[in-house]
Amino acid sequence: MSYEIWIIIVASLVGITCGVIGCFLILRKLAMLADAISHTVLLGIVLAFLISQSMNGIYMLIGAAIVGLFTAMLIQFLNHKGIQEDASIGVVFTFFFAIGVILITVFADSVHLDVDHALMGEIAFVPFDMVEIGFLPPLPKAFIMLLSILILNIILMMLFYKELKITSFDPALAAAIGIPVMFIHYLLMGMVSVSTVASFDSVGAILVVAMLIAPGASAYLLTNKLSHMLCLSAFFGVLAAISGYYVATWIDSSISGSMAMMSGVLFALVFIFSPTKGLLGKKMNHKRFRSESTAP
Amino acid sequence: MTNPIEIRNLTVAYDKTAVLKDVQFSIPKGSLTGIVGPNGAGKSTLIKAILGLIPKVSGEIKIYGKPYKAKDRLVGYVPQRGSVDWDFPTSALDVVLMGRYGHIGWFKRPGKEDTILAKESLKKVGMDSYANRQISQLSGGQQQRVFLARALVQDAQVYFMDEPFVGVDAATEKAIIQLLTDLKDQGKTVIVVHHDLQTVEEYFDHCILLNKEVIASGVTEEVFTVEQLHQTYGGKLAFLDKGKVMVEQKR
Repeated sequence: MSYEIWIIIVASLVGITCGVIGCFLILRKLAMLADAISHTVLLGIVLAFLISQSMNGIYMLIGAAIVGLFTAMLIQFLNHKGIQEDASIGVVFTFFFAIGVILITVFADSVHLDVDHALMGEIAFVPFDMVEIGFLPPLPKAFIMLLSILILNIILMMLFYKELKITSFDPALAAAIGIPVMFIHYLLMGMVSVSTVASFDSVGAILVVAMLIAPGASAYLLTNKLSHMLCLSAFFGVLAAISGYYVATWIDSSISGSMAMMSGVLFALVFIFSPTKGLLGKKMNHKRFRSESTAP
Repeated sequence: MTNPIEIRNLTVAYDKTAVLKDVQFSIPKGSLTGIVGPNGAGKSTLIKAILGLIPKVSGEIKIYGKPYKAKDRLVGYVPQRGSVDWDFPTSALDVVLMGRYGHIGWFKRPGKEDTILAKESLKKVGMDSYANRQISQLSGGQQQRVFLARALVQDAQVYFMDEPFVGVDAATEKAIIQLLTDLKDQGKTVIVVHHDLQTVEEYFDHCILLNKEVIASGVTEEVFTVEQLHQTYGGKLAFLDKGKVMVEQKR
């Protein structure tokens, strides 16, 4: 398959994977925790490399999941001990991220990773990094990794759908009827961590936050049903990915940057034009109410 | 016979300050009990501690003679309406169905039977025509009714309700109290955190006066007296003659 198609496919997979999991982050008001995890997984990746001495995706995923979960736990712990949540997030993630940056620069000779790449990603290189598995034709590594994580996420979400829903909406009731709220929380954080790593190569640590939050935030403004929100969010993720790619080739600029920008543009459009919750929609409703109330 | 609820020497603390000190009471089966006390008296904390939502420092909590276990499905819970985000993308029926989640078990979705139960209980609270309405489009009173319907499908023996009358209209308040009385008549035990002193005698047959410790607990006529209320509220109440409570403490 052509170079271009692979980039679009991988970018779309990033959009779906991040978009779907991002909905739960928004509903739980954990958007900033996603920001934190997306940065600290860098440390996980570096540690995984230093310990395993290989760039194998599996080790990276494990390293990232562990560090991601540890980040979530440490933030929870500090918060529980009376540190404000935003302060604990700010302290923990910058600290871990800084360690990651230091390790990369110290071991620069042996680590095939650089800070720029980690921050911004480089989806344009994705089609050059192919692997052959069994009788399959050569496939990009990023494609295999993203597809596996997406399937894993979907299976976990289907298995724990009602638990994810009730712990997002009413954690007190969930706990009272015996649903392990903390387990579900860390399950979600684990999913966020591995999704971030899988998307890391393509869009980098900073822009992955845009892909996690913006599509879900757009979907939130358009629907009143959780399952619809998940699907819409995946759709917006893909839309941002594809339009971002074409914008990037058009103005000859960073693909990941354009993807993140387009997810922002899409959000802005929805924010203005959403029929029920958008700026214009609200105005129209007010107008209608006014004319109804003044009518004889 | 054991009482449905027995609390012995319960102490709960946030950091170093005790929020509940040595709380002790028992509640008989088939009673409707109001927990009354000033702000910061630990009323909600008491319920949360009984349900194991916050850790206790010491003490013994027994529901039908056993420590509380969610698995026993003896307890239904109605949190404060303000504790959840009503903009959550879900419908009234969906929220009620959540009351069944404890019964359904892992990896399963609510089935037909659960939906029927949920619809029935929406009907009981007079909300059947709003089943598919998004929850943010409901009024405060309607949201409270949805919460109540959700507690009903839990099909419990003991119900804990945290301020169900806050921010609801008079019609809803009447409907709720009718429902609670029905539950009581079925032999269920209902415990309600309440702050409107004027309605305590009318609504509840049992009463717990709480201000970090239990000032008094038992049958309302014996407990709900001017002296005990003074003791509970620490002189923050204005009374009219014959001991009728006129002005409750400003919230």
